Amino acid sequence: MKRFGPFVFERRLAPSRTTVIGVSVAAVALALLVSALIFWGYGVNPWKAYVAIAQETLGSRHGLMEIIRRAIPLILCGVGLALAFRARFWNIGAEGQVLAGAVAASGIALFSGILAPWLLPAMFGGGFLAGALWGAVPALLRVRFAVNEVISTLMMNYIMIYIVEWLIHGPWKGATMRGFAYSDFFPDAAKLALIPGTRVHWPTLVVGVAAAVVVAALLARTRLGYEIRVVGQSTDAARYAGISFFKVMVWTMLLSGGLAALAGVGEVAGIHYRLRSPTHISLGYGYTSIIVAWLARGSPLAVILTALLFGLIFAAGDTVRVVLQMPFQIVSVLNGLILFFLIGSELLMQWRVRIAAKGERWTGRAGSSGS
Amino acid sequence: MTVSAADRYTRHVMGGIERAQAAAPSSLAVLLRDITKTFPGVLANDRVAFEVRPGEVHALLGENGAGKTTLMNILYGLYRPDSGQIFVRGESVLIRSPRDSIALGIGMVHQHFKLIPPHTVAENVALGLKGTPFWNPARVVERGLRELSERYGLPVDPATRVWDLAAGEQQRVEILKALYRGAQILVLDEPTSVLTPQETAELFKVLARMKAEGQAVVLITHKLAEVMEAADRVTVMRRGRVVGTVRTQETSKAELARMMVGREVVFRLTKGACAPGEEALLVDDLWVRNDRRLPAVRGVSLKVCQAEILGIAGVAGNGQRELVETLTGLRKADRGRVEIGGRGVTNASARTLASAGVAHVPEDRLRMGIVPGMSVADNLILRRHHRPPFSRGPLLQAGKIREVVGQAIEGYGIVTPTPHAPAKLLSGGNIQKLILARELSEGPTLIIAAHPTYGLDVGSTEQVRRFLLRCRDEGGGVLLVSEDLEEIMELADQIAVMFRGEIMGTVAAGEADLEEIGLMMAGEARRAPQP
Repeated sequence: MKRFGPFVFERRLAPSRTTVIGVSVAAVALALLVSALIFWGYGVNPWKAYVAIAQETLGSRHGLMEIIRRAIPLILCGVGLALAFRARFWNIGAEGQVLAGAVAASGIALFSGILAPWLLPAMFGGGFLAGALWGAVPALLRVRFAVNEVISTLMMNYIMIYIVEWLIHGPWKGATMRGFAYSDFFPDAAKLALIPGTRVHWPTLVVGVAAAVVVAALLARTRLGYEIRVVGQSTDAARYAGISFFKVMVWTMLLSGGLAALAGVGEVAGIHYRLRSPTHISLGYGYTSIIVAWLARGSPLAVILTALLFGLIFAAGDTVRVVLQMPFQIVSVLNGLILFFLIGSELLMQWRVRIAAKGERWTGRAGSSGS
Repeated sequence: MTVSAADRYTRHVMGGIERAQAAAPSSLAVLLRDITKTFPGVLANDRVAFEVRPGEVHALLGENGAGKTTLMNILYGLYRPDSGQIFVRGESVLIRSPRDSIALGIGMVHQHFKLIPPHTVAENVALGLKGTPFWNPARVVERGLRELSERYGLPVDPATRVWDLAAGEQQRVEILKALYRGAQILVLDEPTSVLTPQETAELFKVLARMKAEGQAVVLITHKLAEVMEAADRVTVMRRGRVVGTVRTQETSKAELARMMVGREVVFRLTKGACAPGEEALLVDDLWVRNDRRLPAVRGVSLKVCQAEILGIAGVAGNGQRELVETLTGLRKADRGRVEIGGRGVTNASARTLASAGVAHVPEDRLRMGIVPGMSVADNLILRRHHRPPFSRGPLLQAGKIREVVGQAIEGYGIVTPTPHAPAKLLSGGNIQKLILARELSEGPTLIIAAHPTYGLDVGSTEQVRRFLLRCRDEGGGVLLVSEDLEEIMELADQIAVMFRGEIMGTVAAGEADLEEIGLMMAGEARRAPQP
């Protein structure tokens, strides 16, 4: 127990589910409150802005479908990151892994010559493999040479961004694109089915939800999942139990990178139908999904919900631009604020704060009595 | 002021004890009176009385967990006593934090140094000091630092970065830090545990010089030789109480060993030697290095028979940890041979050993023995989750696990609200029972238990000991590493004493002579058995 000013902090051993949800919701609400200031600064009534956003996104079929479209890559990346975070492997590299999937899928679509029913499965398979290998590199570096994975995964994002740039400006530059930096369009057999009248490429959504369920089962029901949880919570206990770090880290990152890469496959095969600039393919899904996984507290099933929340924020960005004539970047501000308050609220998960009773000291009982 | 119960308590005690004069407290640097401190479930200090005079090195001797460090942390303001009084130079004082104690001229050098490695020596000394300039605060301390180094014979270059310093030099920095803050009373917590013998000799010279300057020094230790060499007086603690205070000139290592360990020991019948081929564990000429790559286990050979408990006695830090880690697959041996149940398993992995029927009750049960955030059920399958019946192929067997978990909770009396509660919510005793339930329930060939009752309350201690005895009676070999000699005397069939990585001698429990064991713990080799 500690005392600061009029407040007393008491350690919570295990925060209850209600506490976790309550604190998380409060963090999101606080972020919305602070971003209200930004609307206000733009001369837009924040209340009206939020009402407009709600109407445009939640209030129409089109809006709801846009939320889902944005949530698809966030679900896949978020599930992969949730898995990595459970092993306490700080994978900041989902962005690069998304692009790795997009590159592999594009390569297969454009140059493999595989025919209709097998082309899309081959793209998903190849994309997964590419992301898995891209993700496994930092895991190997960490296990073998103790390279900090935050740095290595982040740096590998840039490597992949420039690989994509090089491909679209160089060898894969499309002959039919009149000098613009795009690859050629994919053949029709490489295009994902859409829900009619929307841009929701539903097969990827199915893959994403299935991934969430499978990863949740993996964590709860399998040896590997058990070992991931042990490694993530206590490296000493893992060593004691004879768990191989090498195996756990490499498997975790193969899966984490592979899942993120599936998001990249979905984006190129469901929306763009070609390889194009990295900023267009991803919109920072790999980074946003860090917040998605964090808010879900490492639970793959909760990722579906938090991904929808951030899908809503992305969709709101369109409303902000079109209806309120404000820059789309407000999405990044909101994302940043939510992460800020989430991390800030970690303290409240571990400590119960209350106002001190009169005369209460910082340890339970009073000290020595003078003679 | 009348003579308090605590004073009488100190003066009472065994032969050869000094009769403390009814000195006015103002002639004492520090007087602690009737200090009591409880932690949840543990009475760490029980009406403790302690005093130090200026110009005196006063040792505080006791086994781990005897309450020495708690007492000194109270003096330094890190803990507050539940009751009792503290006098510094005759004045009754209330010490609320280290800041108060520093202002009273009390300095403490902790066992684990509290230095900032990338900073220089001068910067470390200046850290937190009042009245230093905003820019380059280390500048003002350098001259004073050089002066102090010379006066006390503590050579350290103020401009060196701490990470470049050896452990002994870092300790000098800690001492200088305290002296620079005007410490008149210096507390050193296990100062020699990180030092080489040469560095230790240097340290003792420094202590002698401080004594000559009229400073009061408290030396917390569990090493008898150091007490005899460096201290003027020694206060012995056991289980939170003061056993007595004696002058080192008027006592002997043997007497101190007896005071430290206590006298009431139950002797048990000796077991006959086991026939070849029946050994649960056979270790031959094992050499192991510690984390600093220094030899920690030096040519150890030992044997544990089936249905036998071999107790490894000795002061912590003499290679026991490295020995245990090697036998459980957590550390590789340089040389030597290990056989378990007749199979050669030298340098086998932790998993191989776990599957070969080696149970491990680790020393650090909170960090290693359990995964605090995972459920009791998950923790009950740790270290065996990878094999049938707990998993088949890649899948965990939920039904079988539930069944085993239920049996374990019932059979070992683990108090938990549900099997799904996080293990960290359990009390210390229940956590240890959880570990024992997991490790012992499948009838292991060999049980390696390190300090299995350390820090537990009396009830849990009894239960843990009973579980270990039951395992032995069912035919398992037990290697029991403990600092608690009483525990070893009570449980072990054979007792081996470890000192500086070597086995000083092995005696059958029935023939064990406490004094002899105490001497072996202090590094005296075993006397030739008398005819």
